[in-house]
Amino acid sequence: MATTILANPNKKPKWQKVSIFGYTALGLTTFLSIFPFYWMFIVASNGNEEISKIPPTLVPGPRFFTVVDHVYEALPQFNQALLNSFYVGVIIALAQVFFSAFAGFAFAKLNFRGQRYMVLFVVFTMMLPSQLGIIALFQQMSWLNLIDTLGALIVPALVTAFGVFWMRQVIDAQVPNELLEAASIDGAGVFRVYWSLVLPIIAQSAFVLGLFSFLASWNDFLWPLLVLNTPENFTAQVAVNQLKSSYAIDYALNMGGAFLSSLPLLILFVFVGRRLVRGVMDGAVKG
Amino acid sequence: MSQSTLDRRKSKPTSPWKPAKKLNNPNAVPSLNGRWGYLFTAPFFIMFVIFGLLPIVFSVVLAFFEPDVLAGTYTPVGLANFTELFADDRFWNALVNTIDIWLLSTIPMLILSIGLAAILHSPYLRGSTFWRTILLVPNITSVLAIAIVFGQLFGRDFGMVNMVIGALGFEHVDFVQGTTSSHIAIASMIVWRWTGYNALIFLAAMLAVPNELYESASLDGAGKWKQFIYVTLPSLRNTITFVLIVGTIGGLQVFAEPLILGGSYNGGDSGQFSTLTLFLFEQAFVAYRWGYAAAIGISITLIVMIVSAINFFITRRISGDK
Repeated sequence: MATTILANPNKKPKWQKVSIFGYTALGLTTFLSIFPFYWMFIVASNGNEEISKIPPTLVPGPRFFTVVDHVYEALPQFNQALLNSFYVGVIIALAQVFFSAFAGFAFAKLNFRGQRYMVLFVVFTMMLPSQLGIIALFQQMSWLNLIDTLGALIVPALVTAFGVFWMRQVIDAQVPNELLEAASIDGAGVFRVYWSLVLPIIAQSAFVLGLFSFLASWNDFLWPLLVLNTPENFTAQVAVNQLKSSYAIDYALNMGGAFLSSLPLLILFVFVGRRLVRGVMDGAVKG
Repeated sequence: MSQSTLDRRKSKPTSPWKPAKKLNNPNAVPSLNGRWGYLFTAPFFIMFVIFGLLPIVFSVVLAFFEPDVLAGTYTPVGLANFTELFADDRFWNALVNTIDIWLLSTIPMLILSIGLAAILHSPYLRGSTFWRTILLVPNITSVLAIAIVFGQLFGRDFGMVNMVIGALGFEHVDFVQGTTSSHIAIASMIVWRWTGYNALIFLAAMLAVPNELYESASLDGAGKWKQFIYVTLPSLRNTITFVLIVGTIGGLQVFAEPLILGGSYNGGDSGQFSTLTLFLFEQAFVAYRWGYAAAIGISITLIVMIVSAINFFITRRISGDK
């Protein structure tokens, strides 16, 4: 095979070249991906009158901090809501990584009776629509006195079938059996093998799972809306929704709130975006 | 030494540390005590059964009752909820809307994401990390924030979409009031959110295709387009099935976009963009008809499974088993 490659090292195969059309398509995609965020900021910083003109304003205006003030007037607990989202997201991310890696390791590397059926069971439940259980889950939360607390968001999200399945795939693909076998022959127990060998190898993937859990929790919208009532307990999404319902259609206010609630994620994405991309693509090959 | 390790690796069941017997997990490490598996999986299973499975089982049971939420009584009604549901126009309307939105979003998304992946596939692309990262931006943002923006962009009087339509000399479209137009608005949000993500999935699958296949196709005189049709697409078969099934499970449960677009659970003034899941939530949390809502939930589950199965067989047939 090497000979085919070396035969003409300077001549790029035709199918691999990227035409001007390709770059245009990518440029357009980039524009469309970013534009909604830019537009949030434009509307929030210009006010409602400016964007109703024809043609509309497309550059940032001076009113951004006025709109931010309006957001905090309409909902003084907005900062608290951002903190709540952060707090809930971090706990859920840590719990999901912890429990998923634990169970995923057993499913990938241990041999025990019923293992095969347990994995099948996990895969099957992933196909069930999450909405199916929501009515009873609501009742369950009220029995546990968790309605209108952040606990109602955290407790049902501590483990997911997806997380366990994902970690199983990751451990199966990334951790060589020979390594674990050598360690266990040298006398390391199952816990020691897990802690000192498996965890360091899968740390990157576990981090990616944690990030996705955090993002999902931050963006979750309907469930928090159903179980939270008092503004002190709102998450960022519920707070933004509150801005929507408490005024007619004040686009500047709505988009100001939407922008403030999206900003932390965009900043986070600058730092972890590349890792997320790798996580999505790694998962894809196995899936 | 290395020879014997190699042999051991190849024939796991006859490993010297474990007598050859039927294995529950053929990929397991034989020297690790498997019984620890119960302890390792127990925390997950206990919590998953309590907070994941129990609510589902209870919801399924609820569908055969007529619970009175205020009085706290449960009257068994047999299949009454289901017979009522199948005679309910709102259910069929929601079903048609859901399928329409799903088709309007899935087909463009599939084409766009495979196209983008094909462009990103080139090893000669400049700035590939940047493009890949940008593709994921829409996927990490909240549906709520994006629905607010799209709602404004599709606005009747001052939305940018209508300004473009007006500038081209056409009448403004009232996207929210129309049936097809509201479906287009909702589908565009879904396409926006998932195209980049799926492009990365397709890209990963394309990168797994051995280069030799392209080289020999090229030697046989296949051009860029023919290589795409005869080499790339067939090797994406499993990935397309995977993306379609995941997309179906998500697409048939769509509710956040129509909920925010309409601002209420009824999905527009005449239910023109009411979806199955939105209908479920309306019955559960506005009408407080939990039994009826549970029956809707079971129907959604069955529909998801049927459509996934159809997807599976159609994509297998279209892409052809040689």
